[in-house]
Amino acid sequence: MMFNPQVIIEKLPELGSGLFVTLLLWIAGIAGGVVIGFLVATARRFGGFATNAVLGSVVEVLRGTPFLIQIFLLYYGGPFVGLMLDPIPCGLIGLTVYSAAYYSEIFRAGFAAVPVGHVEAAGCLGMTRLQTIRRIQIPEMALIVLPPAVNLSVILLKESAVLSIITVPELTATVSAIGSQQYAYLEAIFILAVVYWALVELTDRLGRAAEYRLSRLRFLKA
Amino acid sequence: MTFKLFTLLLQAALSTIGISLVSIVIGFVIAILLSAATLSGKAIYSAPARLFVSFFRGVPLLVQLLLIYTLLPAIGLNVPSIVAAIIGLSLCTAAYQAENLRGGFSSVPKGLIEAAEVTGFNPLQIFARIQVPIALRLTLPTLVNESIMILKASSLVSVVGIIELTKMAQDLASSTYQPIPIFLSAGLVYFVICSTIALLGRYAERSMARTSA
Repeated sequence: MMFNPQVIIEKLPELGSGLFVTLLLWIAGIAGGVVIGFLVATARRFGGFATNAVLGSVVEVLRGTPFLIQIFLLYYGGPFVGLMLDPIPCGLIGLTVYSAAYYSEIFRAGFAAVPVGHVEAAGCLGMTRLQTIRRIQIPEMALIVLPPAVNLSVILLKESAVLSIITVPELTATVSAIGSQQYAYLEAIFILAVVYWALVELTDRLGRAAEYRLSRLRFLKA
Repeated sequence: MTFKLFTLLLQAALSTIGISLVSIVIGFVIAILLSAATLSGKAIYSAPARLFVSFFRGVPLLVQLLLIYTLLPAIGLNVPSIVAAIIGLSLCTAAYQAENLRGGFSSVPKGLIEAAEVTGFNPLQIFARIQVPIALRLTLPTLVNESIMILKASSLVSVVGIIELTKMAQDLASSTYQPIPIFLSAGLVYFVICSTIALLGRYAERSMARTSA
């Protein structure tokens, strides 16, 4: 067995462009997912029974089906209903919708974890409903949701590799293409694994550092 | 979308269920060894176990599958692709299940173990009759979640050419030129299987809670 990573090192610029697309899709997917997920969770909590039921079923379906099937439906099924998407926008939309479902569940649990007493106390002090949401429920929830949100972000980074299947030119697609061109497939996949591993470990550490700082902040203010 | 196509999807779903089930069981056995190694307190055992868990939790499953799929032939093991896929899924779920089990084992109250020691249980008895039952009950919800994750993740083995639900849907979608009904039906089948697992999990949790009361 020959193992010669040199042939991949020569193709670093291409690897870099793949990494760039992966990071871009990942960060945009997180941003979109957090915003939509938050709106969904808020609507489900404060929007009445019908809203909760409808959004809840959509979230359940998104969480109960594989990401790959959702992406196939969007990419191959889209053109049949007039939705012609290039791979990158298609991947971005898919990743955003998928992550929004999971983020909304995290925010929902976060809302539920805010002690009822705090909300009642805010009401007694004369805060309006909106003030209570904005000044009590959201800040308290932020602390609770940070660890699962970081966890989910790591999962999304790994899930974004699936987009290579619909030919999005991200890290996995680029590096495996380099591997086949150079007849060094094993080396390519090995390097690919190491790059993802490093990214995931880095995100994990950053997340834990953020948690630590936030928890100290709360302690000082309390 | 005819009834015939739907039965083809259902048949393919059986292999999805089979692959996932085998991987979860193998993964569970590896996970017990991994969590025992991590909790052993000896660096020769715990360091490799931690590295294993970190690697398989840190690399996308798709990349793991491609890696195993190319690595096995490169070291002279020409196994069928279904074996490579099951190895990939098992190793991945083993890493996640090991983390869950480790959490379960470390939350077994110390007092119970001490009480068992005092009453004259030997270490093996303590492990088998105190630690495992309690840890299992504590980790059952995460095991159910993990099974659902693996069932969905098994869609990725379609990439190495195994005929399961996703691959079948892909083939049918391109041959019938009806991607929307086919992928929707495939999604529905996945959804029904996942919901069933979740339901069974809740039932098992409830009956376990009853027996402990």
